[in-house]
Amino acid sequence: MRIVDRLSRAPWIWSWLAAFLVWFATIMVTGGASTLGLSQAALTFAAFSIIVGIGQMFVITLGPGNIDLSIPATMTLAGTVALKLMNVDNAMILPGLATAILIGIGIGLSNYALIKALRIPPIIATLSMSFIIQSAAIWTNRGLRIKPPNFLADFTTSTTLGVPNVSLVALVISVAAWFLLEKTVYGRWISAIGQSMPAARMAGVPVDGTRFVTYVLSAVLASLAGYLLACFSGGAALNMGTEYLLMSIAVVVLGGTAVAGGDSNVPGIWGASLFMFLVVSMLNTYGLGAGIRLIMTGLIIISVIMLAGGRQPGAR
Amino acid sequence: MTGRMSKAIIEVADAKVSFGAVRALDGVTLAIGPGECVGLVGHNGAGKSTIVSVINGGLTPQQGSISGDGEALARYGINAARARGIRCVFQELSLCPNLTVVENTRILHRQLGGFGWRRRAKQVIERSLDAIFPGHGIESDRTVGDLSIAERQMVEIAMAFSDAGIAPRLIILDEPTSSLDASLAEQMLAHVRRFVASGGSVILISHILHEILATASRIVVMKDGRIVAERPADAWSEHGLVEAMGSVVKGEAHQRTLRDLANAPVAMALTGRGLPLQAKRGEIVGLAGLAGHGQTRMLMKLHAASTADWLPRRDPAVTFVAGDRRLNGVFELWSVLKNFSIASLHDLAARGVVDAEAEAERAGEWKRRIDIRTPDMANRMLSLSGGNQQKVLFARSLATRAPVVLMDDPMRGVDVGTKQEVYEIIRQEAQRGRTFVWYSTEMEEVCLCDRVYVFREGEIVAELAGDAVSEENILAASFKGEAAA
Repeated sequence: MRIVDRLSRAPWIWSWLAAFLVWFATIMVTGGASTLGLSQAALTFAAFSIIVGIGQMFVITLGPGNIDLSIPATMTLAGTVALKLMNVDNAMILPGLATAILIGIGIGLSNYALIKALRIPPIIATLSMSFIIQSAAIWTNRGLRIKPPNFLADFTTSTTLGVPNVSLVALVISVAAWFLLEKTVYGRWISAIGQSMPAARMAGVPVDGTRFVTYVLSAVLASLAGYLLACFSGGAALNMGTEYLLMSIAVVVLGGTAVAGGDSNVPGIWGASLFMFLVVSMLNTYGLGAGIRLIMTGLIIISVIMLAGGRQPGAR
Repeated sequence: MTGRMSKAIIEVADAKVSFGAVRALDGVTLAIGPGECVGLVGHNGAGKSTIVSVINGGLTPQQGSISGDGEALARYGINAARARGIRCVFQELSLCPNLTVVENTRILHRQLGGFGWRRRAKQVIERSLDAIFPGHGIESDRTVGDLSIAERQMVEIAMAFSDAGIAPRLIILDEPTSSLDASLAEQMLAHVRRFVASGGSVILISHILHEILATASRIVVMKDGRIVAERPADAWSEHGLVEAMGSVVKGEAHQRTLRDLANAPVAMALTGRGLPLQAKRGEIVGLAGLAGHGQTRMLMKLHAASTADWLPRRDPAVTFVAGDRRLNGVFELWSVLKNFSIASLHDLAARGVVDAEAEAERAGEWKRRIDIRTPDMANRMLSLSGGNQQKVLFARSLATRAPVVLMDDPMRGVDVGTKQEVYEIIRQEAQRGRTFVWYSTEMEEVCLCDRVYVFREGEIVAELAGDAVSEENILAASFKGEAAA
């Protein structure tokens, strides 16, 4: 009973429960025939939301007003530039990855420069930054659709022991993020800043440095996700990041992270990302029209948030 | 006796309240009659704030009954209490910081609604402010968040005494003078006496015993959730109160050992408007003067000058003990443990990873050393009483290796026994070479310092050292010029 009691307090349990229910409801309709396929698809597509969601989660942890809206544009730019650089050459995989990460670092740096030096609120700073990044992506892309190197295309679309490779990448990143958040000094600092910036400053937390690193981290994770997504989908497209704007925020909120900051968790991102994919495929399996599908998606998300919102915050 | 009881404004009988394992009230019976001022004293966590919450309707006791004006009140709550004219000034200030004084008045007095409420609310609050704090200088259209903590407390007090339809009958003042300097505190206490003389009732909670002795008509002493003594005020002495509270007085606070620090190296210096500030190694430097005359700003400046906002520092140069806990002290979502360790994480971590064992051990050490009252350091910070939260903030700073400790009136709401313990720790740490820069609104604490800077209107106007540190000299320096103006 104590385990049940503890679990019911965990902020991430609701997204996991919801994901499992939806998964179960979907395979029931198909009589269990699609279990493996559905699970693999869910893990694959969720992996991208998980990677960007973790970056967004760190930013949201910093407290009210902190959000990174440049994630979709960052994904697009990193994907297009990396593919163009690699030019279907397997030998260029690592330089391509390094370029994507450098792009992420550059964008994170510019984001925080706008926020700090020009005192623009993060929501405006990252949004306007995303227009600049998107224009840069259009300029580099010029309508070309370059295929990813063969090795990367195979890697991102295949599985290891039945588990999609991209979800393994997401798992490694998640474990690292969990460690960072729960066990390190940096994790304490972002949580402290999220609860009260003046208190954090007076306790000796290097507030600006910590926030800066967090914005860079978010942009790097976004560019990494863009790199993987471009390889997975056989080439970068200018709209490839679009759906991840809302997705990155939704998985953080559904995962039980406090929107007001200071209280985050990584497991919830997994539950929420799987859930977001599974809801759509469930409604598809039921053969519902597009309009009804969107309405249902909205209603289901609202009910999960309501359920999760009723919890008592536990001691941390 | 029965006659007085029957017309008591409010009477709580055998109230029991527990929060989890903590028993906050253990059968308390208290009646407040009209025209009396009841002083309520006790240690931190003795149950004073809890009995106040029961009386103002914020908390329903798990057991016991409440009656008012002779009739039993079955459904008692905040609105019922307000309708009876019971008002409360909280230890943790409760005004909305994003609204103006006038708007806050409107929130408190529902009946002010309708067209022209701003004008009516302005009249109500200004009348009250003028009556209690003549010459207060607070404009009622200012946003509460922009006021200094002393001004906020003045507004809060004036708010409780204000009359807009329902006249106040019983006013509960929980540490009302904690942020006020001596002259403002005296104005307020004088108003309390006037209010009581005209038939109103007051419950006064304060750690400043002479305030209670001079103002209350009856004094109730609480300890561990019970009332342990209750006598008319003139039957009490300061010593008797301290004894009844159960705290051991370890010598007078004024026992200051004069130390020769002339040759000690300078730990910190700052020049600005007025006299320059300088603190030597191992020195306890006091910042005095009337509340809100730039002392806190000076501390912030000293802090900002020696901390980095970008890169973490392995060896912190300064550490800060907050007085305004809610603003820049407590992390509300966290446990006591994490609240304690945030400032010394670098010492408790290897390669950026926090060593949970070392953290728990260090916290356990300080829990014992400064007697933080909680069964488990993993409990939430907000489950502690205000004084215990303050102790955690103290421990947070003292546990760092920073050679300079800045203190922003940190003894707000801390009980007498704890104060003595903290004074002792400060003396020991200073002996070992730590420097303290200490802003305090309590004269007794200022007089503990080796050297005192007196502030007036944002600048240092006087420097007192050694034997020159005395109440008269400090008061003289803080008021100089005002008589002429």
